[in-house]
Amino acid sequence: MTLTPLHDTAAPGLQASGVLDTLEAESIHIIREVVAEFERPAMLFSGGKDSVVMLQLAAKAFWPARIPFPVVHVDTGHNFPEVLDFRDQTVERLGLKLIVGSVQEYIDRGELQERADGTRNPLQTTPLLDTIAANRFDAVFGGGRRDEDKARAKERILSLRDEFGQWDPRNQRPELWNLYNGRHTVGQHVRAFPISNWTELDIWRYIAREGIELPSIYYAHARQVFRRDGMWRAVGEFSQPDRGEEVSVRTVRYRTVGDMSCTGAVLSEARTVDDVVLEVAASTLTERGATRADDRISEAAMEDRKKDGYF
Amino acid sequence: MTTEILDRQRPATGTLFRFATAGSVDDGKSTLVGRLLHDAKAILADQLESVARTSLDRGFGGAEGGLDLALLTDGLRAEREQGITIDVAYRYFATDRRTFILADCPGHVQYTRNTVTGASTADAVVVLVDARKGLLEQTRRHLGVVALLRVPHVVVAVNKIDLVGYSEDVFAQIDADVRRVAGELGLHHAVSIPVSALVGDNVVERSVRTPWYAGPTLLELLETLPAADQEDDDAASFRFPVQLVLRPQGALAPGLPAESFRDYRSYAGQVVSGTVRVGDDVTVQTPGQEPRTTTVVGIDAAGRDLDTAVAPQSVALRLADEFDVARGDLIGAAGSLPVPASNLSASLCWLSPKPLLPGAKVLVKHGTATVRALVQSVKGRLDLDSFEEAPAGTLQLNDIGHALLRLSAPLPLEPYAVHRRTGAFLVIDPQDGGTLAAGMIRNGAGQ
Repeated sequence: MTLTPLHDTAAPGLQASGVLDTLEAESIHIIREVVAEFERPAMLFSGGKDSVVMLQLAAKAFWPARIPFPVVHVDTGHNFPEVLDFRDQTVERLGLKLIVGSVQEYIDRGELQERADGTRNPLQTTPLLDTIAANRFDAVFGGGRRDEDKARAKERILSLRDEFGQWDPRNQRPELWNLYNGRHTVGQHVRAFPISNWTELDIWRYIAREGIELPSIYYAHARQVFRRDGMWRAVGEFSQPDRGEEVSVRTVRYRTVGDMSCTGAVLSEARTVDDVVLEVAASTLTERGATRADDRISEAAMEDRKKDGYF
Repeated sequence: MTTEILDRQRPATGTLFRFATAGSVDDGKSTLVGRLLHDAKAILADQLESVARTSLDRGFGGAEGGLDLALLTDGLRAEREQGITIDVAYRYFATDRRTFILADCPGHVQYTRNTVTGASTADAVVVLVDARKGLLEQTRRHLGVVALLRVPHVVVAVNKIDLVGYSEDVFAQIDADVRRVAGELGLHHAVSIPVSALVGDNVVERSVRTPWYAGPTLLELLETLPAADQEDDDAASFRFPVQLVLRPQGALAPGLPAESFRDYRSYAGQVVSGTVRVGDDVTVQTPGQEPRTTTVVGIDAAGRDLDTAVAPQSVALRLADEFDVARGDLIGAAGSLPVPASNLSASLCWLSPKPLLPGAKVLVKHGTATVRALVQSVKGRLDLDSFEEAPAGTLQLNDIGHALLRLSAPLPLEPYAVHRRTGAFLVIDPQDGGTLAAGMIRNGAGQ
């Protein structure tokens, strides 16, 4: 991530300056509103591409001042080591405080149970809510985008959560003009989604335009993988092939970066950001459909997680 | 590389265009939105597969099967189970000309609340009419809300044209009704299009079954209408609500040289209308104080020095004079801001189940300023069938009315009719923090 004057890394004809400028302006406005109106904001930061872009927008919103809030990561214990390294380097470079909520510690203490299917994404909700409560955060920025999922399409930019962190989609505040109402009572908090209106392709075009660095696993690399549920899963400490699942070395990249236990890779030769922009523009699958086992559980998997207080 | 891949890359150019849809129950709005997304090739294979599976499960299209495109837009479990749309949903798609944000507003539950929400940020609203039914009471209400919110463009999609045998006469009659109602409401840019969302006529593809219709398809029209930001770029309408003061002393971003920023101070905000240039004189209006005039000496965009900023850019302004400027202040083109006033005359779209009663104490959020306010009186309620104001003592959920409020500090109140952004405000419940109403200022608009 860099804040030096912008440079063009995108190939000719790939710029969407009008659209990206408008989205950037909207996101910066939202981030500034939340910081101005809340006492203890924090930003979720996983090292994934959406949160990297969101953090870049925050750095721009307050330049030349430092980002005036800490970042929070809920670590499932099954994260990609490359991504955790990237997370730590970014936090260091921007001079931020990082607060980590650990799913592993909850499991070790017996407060959370490993699921039969091995995915730990739904387990993040409890550590997230506890971290919010322990730090008395009244606003938490998340990198959710409305194009990701049908339930997210109904999410507000400022989303009120009750003391149990729950989202009530049938009882949301109307959001009018660019006037955001962040009022809340004791115990409630607000989730703020400044990149709600960005699509996956917007994110990648912005990464290309701004020359933003990402964890290396977003780009094509050789990896030992096996096929499961129609997805390529990495062979690693937390994801081992079952009998009959054949391991091979393929050139893959990750379209989303979540828990290793439920995130699949896609076959790809896209080694640079421009290659990725072309690939995403030509993709015939949504990013979650292509790469997330946890969203295949049911039609309403994301809705159910969100109602319980998920990101 | 195949042609299809090249087709999908092209959305790289163009501008952002926001539009909302509004329709009555069973007008086929979800199907129209699904058709638009499908024919604009904004639906990806896994989404289509899921729709195909559910359509088959429910026996959609009978023995021949078919895609129930309405399923593409139903996001929540209850919506899919009940076959209704509950809340505003946002959709994203792009063509070679434009990137679109669609606010899909449900028709029946709390339709005013949802339509007001979707219309508040829209460059255009698409209102659906069932060709078999013509203009309904609810259509008139939708058009009334659109007129009140000053949405720049209205498109009336006359849907289910296949079910009236593609009749030119039926369309002509509805089009005449639309023109008459639009005229009464002062909607100057209302256009009707005959469409069938189910079959796909004139949504994205031009229909051979309506040879009598020479106008654009729905998508062609949406691709060519001007966006609101493009229409309002002059210097006199420059408006900039101050969000934050940026003073990095002691908390400078890493890597920046401290000596260069020792005395740095700027005012962060978004240009909500108009244009500002370095060297321009501007007026700073602090609530309750005399206006002050100064000069813009710098425009910062995260390390880039700009000469000019236009709506909707988020920037930071540096000013020549070191007087106190804070959140809640409004910066505008010199001499262009109205004299601050404490008496607020406004149209209110009442969005809460709690009625509005005279004497209520509320909060008014205007730009970045939030002040206390007392509701002095309700002057009237808009009869959405006659569009005339009838006397009323209170406003209920989904009512649109006229009220007088007394503010605890005077604000620069501009008529919404002239300034869509700085003429708008929220009414907030000071107890539970809920949003009670969307407000539109009438001060200075002859009211």
